[in-house]
Amino acid sequence: MSSLLSVRDLKVGFGPRPESNEVVHGVSFDLAPGETLAIVGESGSGKSVTSMAVNRLIDFGGGRITSGSTAFTRADGSTIDLARAEERQLEGIRGREIGMIFQEPMTSLNPVLSIGTQIEEVFRIQFAMSGAEAKTAAREALERVRIPDAARRLTYAPHQLSGGMLQRVMIAIALASNPRLLIADEPTTALDVTIQAQIMGLLSEMKRETGTGMIFITHDIGLVAGFADRVMVMQQGEVVEQGMLDAVLDNPQHDYTKHLLNAVPHFSDGRSVRHDMQRDEGSRKVLEVEDLTVRFPVRAGLLKRQTGNVHAVEGVGFDLMQGETLGIVGESGSGKSTTARAILDLVRPTKGRIRAEGLAGAVSDKPVQMVFQNPNASLNPRLTVKQLLAEPLIAVRRRIDAEAVSRMEMLLDRVGLPADSLARYPHEFSGGQRQRLCIARALMLNPSILVLDEAVSALDVSVQAKVLDLLIDLQNEFGLAYLFVTHDMAVVERIAHRIAVVYAGQIVEIGPTSEVLANPRHDYTRQLIKAVPSLDRRHSDYGIDLTEIPSLVRPMGWEPDAPRYESAGEGHLVRAGA
Amino acid sequence: MPYPLKRLLAFPLVMFGVSVFVFIAIRLVPGDAITAMLGTESGLLTPAQREALTAYFGLDQNIFVQFWRWLSGVVQGDFGISTTYGQPVLRVIFDHFSLTLELAVLSMLLSLVIGLPAGIYAATHKDRPGDLAVRVVAMLGQSTPGFVVGLLLIFSLSVFFGVLPQMGSFVPFWQDPLGNLSQMILPALTLGTAFAAAVIRVSRSAMLDILSEDYVRTARSKGLSRRRVIWRHALPNALIPLVTLSGVEFGYLLGGAVLVEQIFALPGLGRVVLDAIQQRDYALVQGTILFIAFNFMVVNLLVDLAYAALDPRIRFETK
Repeated sequence: MSSLLSVRDLKVGFGPRPESNEVVHGVSFDLAPGETLAIVGESGSGKSVTSMAVNRLIDFGGGRITSGSTAFTRADGSTIDLARAEERQLEGIRGREIGMIFQEPMTSLNPVLSIGTQIEEVFRIQFAMSGAEAKTAAREALERVRIPDAARRLTYAPHQLSGGMLQRVMIAIALASNPRLLIADEPTTALDVTIQAQIMGLLSEMKRETGTGMIFITHDIGLVAGFADRVMVMQQGEVVEQGMLDAVLDNPQHDYTKHLLNAVPHFSDGRSVRHDMQRDEGSRKVLEVEDLTVRFPVRAGLLKRQTGNVHAVEGVGFDLMQGETLGIVGESGSGKSTTARAILDLVRPTKGRIRAEGLAGAVSDKPVQMVFQNPNASLNPRLTVKQLLAEPLIAVRRRIDAEAVSRMEMLLDRVGLPADSLARYPHEFSGGQRQRLCIARALMLNPSILVLDEAVSALDVSVQAKVLDLLIDLQNEFGLAYLFVTHDMAVVERIAHRIAVVYAGQIVEIGPTSEVLANPRHDYTRQLIKAVPSLDRRHSDYGIDLTEIPSLVRPMGWEPDAPRYESAGEGHLVRAGA
Repeated sequence: MPYPLKRLLAFPLVMFGVSVFVFIAIRLVPGDAITAMLGTESGLLTPAQREALTAYFGLDQNIFVQFWRWLSGVVQGDFGISTTYGQPVLRVIFDHFSLTLELAVLSMLLSLVIGLPAGIYAATHKDRPGDLAVRVVAMLGQSTPGFVVGLLLIFSLSVFFGVLPQMGSFVPFWQDPLGNLSQMILPALTLGTAFAAAVIRVSRSAMLDILSEDYVRTARSKGLSRRRVIWRHALPNALIPLVTLSGVEFGYLLGGAVLVEQIFALPGLGRVVLDAIQQRDYALVQGTILFIAFNFMVVNLLVDLAYAALDPRIRFETK
């Protein structure tokens, strides 16, 4: 078997003295033509740096290859060591023989140039095509990634397309010249789960059509099950294990691989749900939401007259018992975060009723507290932990006395942080520890309800599992009710007693976790479950389904019909007729 | 309705505000027009003569009547007569404006032609000697007052090269382009120094930000040359902050012209305003400032249109 790419003892460093600041310590792997290699690792493992060292984009990010070789077999059969190639040679290889797709489709396309210009460029530069030829080729490239109405879409600017569409445009650009190697660096991480499934489906299709070799970088080992041929696991700049995908998944050798596989939130169609703290109709109802509707005005014209509304949340209703977790599941733009913000009184509902009840021994009259997605952005870097934990008390005009400090110490202990944390600053903690800090801060006022908005989404999988465990422990200890907003089905299966599936601003299905996940009744719930990447489904393909989420903008005075729900079992409701 | 038309509709409103402000401001300055006009001879006036002159110029009326009379003239295109020049205000403005406009446009062009490539060079050679040199020059340019630059230029040219810029009688561009340019180049450089320095700094920092953007990495992954990445992908994005800067700075260029015209003895609008204020030539002050405000608004409209042309994300709704 001839090799497409043969990397030997690759070392990459950063900064003015790259030898002493090495982040990739001698990586070696081989890739055969048409083969797919998955590089798996957590953030900081050097997986992206390795991939960008292959086509030497790392040169522009302050990195240097300090030693090793990357032998690449070109289309004409000659072999070139990319690690030592001249920039001019690389320009003829990048985009022509090696294509690349990046993580953030929204920022990876030039905002001031049309989609068409950016695709045509490849044909003009790499194949010296004329204007009309390049235009036709660009249209065909867009059609190849299943973008409808391609001729018109060529004239669009990037901001006029959704994230999923843009990632398809990126794939069109990367595959424009039928490269022999495609490097995909976390191409679906920034996308919703159903869009992720679309992109994965498209990539498998493209792989079959073009026979391109692929390096697929991901932090989610479940995503590449059933997709990659071989897998390489990286940790802190070193390869800890590599081999055929099935072999590594079935019989991992290295501890870190085992750890990664265990940490992957397994999604099992509702078979492994929580059995503790079950909903008990006799216990206290801490939150009641009825007919919650949030609309944002759309304004246009010289006088900024209101011309319509964004119907972000429409007729949402549910309740929450003490000690219970309700998972709110949906994709971006579904209204799940707006619902959470309305409950926290951060947005004013257009109509509806929200009633939240505090615990008997509550410190304040604020029974709802919140934990946000990004712990780095939600902790003021200039405040010490003590000052951060004092903030909620200051907000309700409480003195920071000995009692308050002892509560801080108690909570730090409960969330698993050392007692001497109080005098430290957020940057001295890791991402997972910072999220623990955020949880401790949210508990300072002894709330009855914690709203967790994608609270574990920004964390590495192994850290994610620990924070979820912590949340379950805290729930058992304090009898907290959680409103857990997430897009991640595996996470919600792990922590939620009940699930509400939100689609286009409305609840389409609500019920016990095991019921909804095992017997989904609504089409959208089924679609969502089908899209979840998982180790268990490594032999099934991602299908290509390219539906887009409908627009939520409606003209003035538009009123939807009141939602009707049909019962599908004990406490399991499904929206009818939609 | 097209966006530019909408913006034009807002013009009269702003102009009205400016005229009210100028009308009041110039009358708050101590001293009266008659004394300023006649100089020492005003001491010879009898009270009756003074009263007659005041009535002749309409200055005995209350301020509202004066404003109304002036405004109704302006709407009909009559900006009044300048007391210092003895000519219609509009005529005086047009006679002197072409020079100031040429000065401002020329210094702007010079600044962009020098500043933009220097900024791009510095950004693409970050922290190397070339970048440091450009940054030092930019800092000097921004912190040295314009008149110092002007005087230094005149001094060094005349002392070391024996070349003296032609001053006094101004040659319009259409009569003798070369003579005009040789006359204007030094004033334009003087006026443009600070602006060029600002252009360097803005284009350098914009370029630096943009070169680390994801889409620049994408462009490189397509195999584009360094040159094409910079000129085709990065530059159009870097122009957006530069257009903002140019719009704001153009106003300052018109203002800065007052000083430069004084140094190089050029008969431009800046000197007219200065003289008019000293002479309490009310009609001329009001007319010129209104005119400058109008120009400023036109430039800002052009800036906004340039945004739309550069960046498809900025769209103007059309009904």
